Amino acid sequence: MSVPLTLLGLLEREPSHGYDLKRDYDTYFGRGKSLPFGQVYSTLSRLARDGKVVMDEIAAGGGPDRKRYVITDAGATEVNAWLTEPVAAEPHLQSVLFAKVVLALMLDRPAEEYLDTQRRAHLARMRELTEIKRTGGLVDGLLADHGLFHLEADLRWIDTTAARLDALRDQVRS
Amino acid sequence: MTAMLRARSVSLSFGDTPALRGADFLVDTGEIVAIMGPSGSGKSTLLHCLAGILVPDEGEIHVGGERLDTMGEAARSALRRDRFGFVFQFGQLVPELTAAENVALPLLLSGMRRAEAARRADLRMAELGLDGLGGRRSGELSGGQAQRVALARALVAEPEVIFADEPTGSLDSLTGEQVMDLLVGTAREQGTTVVLVTHDARVAAYADREVMVRDGRVTSPVGTS
Ligand SMILES: Nc1ncnc2c1ncn2[C@@H]1O[C@H](COP(=O)(O)OP(=O)(O)OP(=O)(O)O)[C@@H](O)[C@H]1O
Ligand SMILES: [Mg+2]
Repeated sequence: MSVPLTLLGLLEREPSHGYDLKRDYDTYFGRGKSLPFGQVYSTLSRLARDGKVVMDEIAAGGGPDRKRYVITDAGATEVNAWLTEPVAAEPHLQSVLFAKVVLALMLDRPAEEYLDTQRRAHLARMRELTEIKRTGGLVDGLLADHGLFHLEADLRWIDTTAARLDALRDQVRS
Repeated sequence: MTAMLRARSVSLSFGDTPALRGADFLVDTGEIVAIMGPSGSGKSTLLHCLAGILVPDEGEIHVGGERLDTMGEAARSALRRDRFGFVFQFGQLVPELTAAENVALPLLLSGMRRAEAARRADLRMAELGLDGLGGRRSGELSGGQAQRVALARALVAEPEVIFADEPTGSLDSLTGEQVMDLLVGTAREQGTTVVLVTHDARVAAYADREVMVRDGRVTSPVGTS
């Protein structure tokens, strides 16, 4: 799960303080494990160094919480590329996919299209594995099966999520 | 590649319920295509329109060079008998007939002599691992065996197109895989075009490509050409 990209995505909604980003990260993506403040600020300073965010000092002389972070064009381009490209079709992707869906909804992007793109990537990989099963030996076939069952689980999650996008949109945009 | 089947802006309602709303779909000769999508989205209705079982309210269906939706019922049923094979989820074998008689049925209906039809049915059943079951009635077969008999019947007349609606729907996953292996293996060998409706991604992965149906429309890439 990419913390820098997720924070960038959250920043694309609006300029934010570090503590706002941490709170939203923990709410939607932390899944019971909160992101330490130290990691929030070290990530933000790396993003600033790489030109993806800039700081907007709103009150002089304060600590880190006085600073608001603003995404740059380079940062926005990176978020967009990340959202649009399907994740490589390997099993155990749910958390990345979930982050993309939530951010796409927050940013009013076509989440359903992203899910369709991902579904195609998954099915393309499943076709390759099925071909291995059809033409290969038992061992290769069983290994392919392992991949197929996991990709199938991802796909079911994609379908379930696609069917609940409206409800999820309401929740993350409220 | 030449188009084997084409649906153009096909719409069809059951009373007040729209099942298809301008569906476009293209299948090339020899292609194996899976139709996926949520329950009630119109997958089976699309399949039935392509197969000439239902006639759309609007739009066109083409099979090879022929326009299917404007044909009369007699011409459509002759076309189904001569050029199409069907596999459905269940309830498709004639219970009064033996497995071998079920398999021979399409050949008899197209006028083949009984002895020749029986010989071809036996051959086809042997290929699908059904030797020795020819004398049983459908009530005496397991689900997987019955589905293989249905597949043998769909394949026996070497149709140009096989339409399959949830062909593995009532089977466990291993038996379902056998059925798909046989269907896809035979279709590839004979160059048969297959249109397959399934909600199961593992089944869809046997196809060359998949399309999604949502709210009566085909939403993902419509065709390869
Ligand atoms: N014979 C019928 N009479 C009335 N309504 C029908 C009939 N057949 C289908 N429908 C309706 O048309 C719509 C599309 O049905 P269809 O059977 O094509 O869906 P499907 O995608 O195959 O669904 P499933 O995955 O559940 O099989 C649904 O709203 C369904 O209720
Ligand atoms: Mg159906």
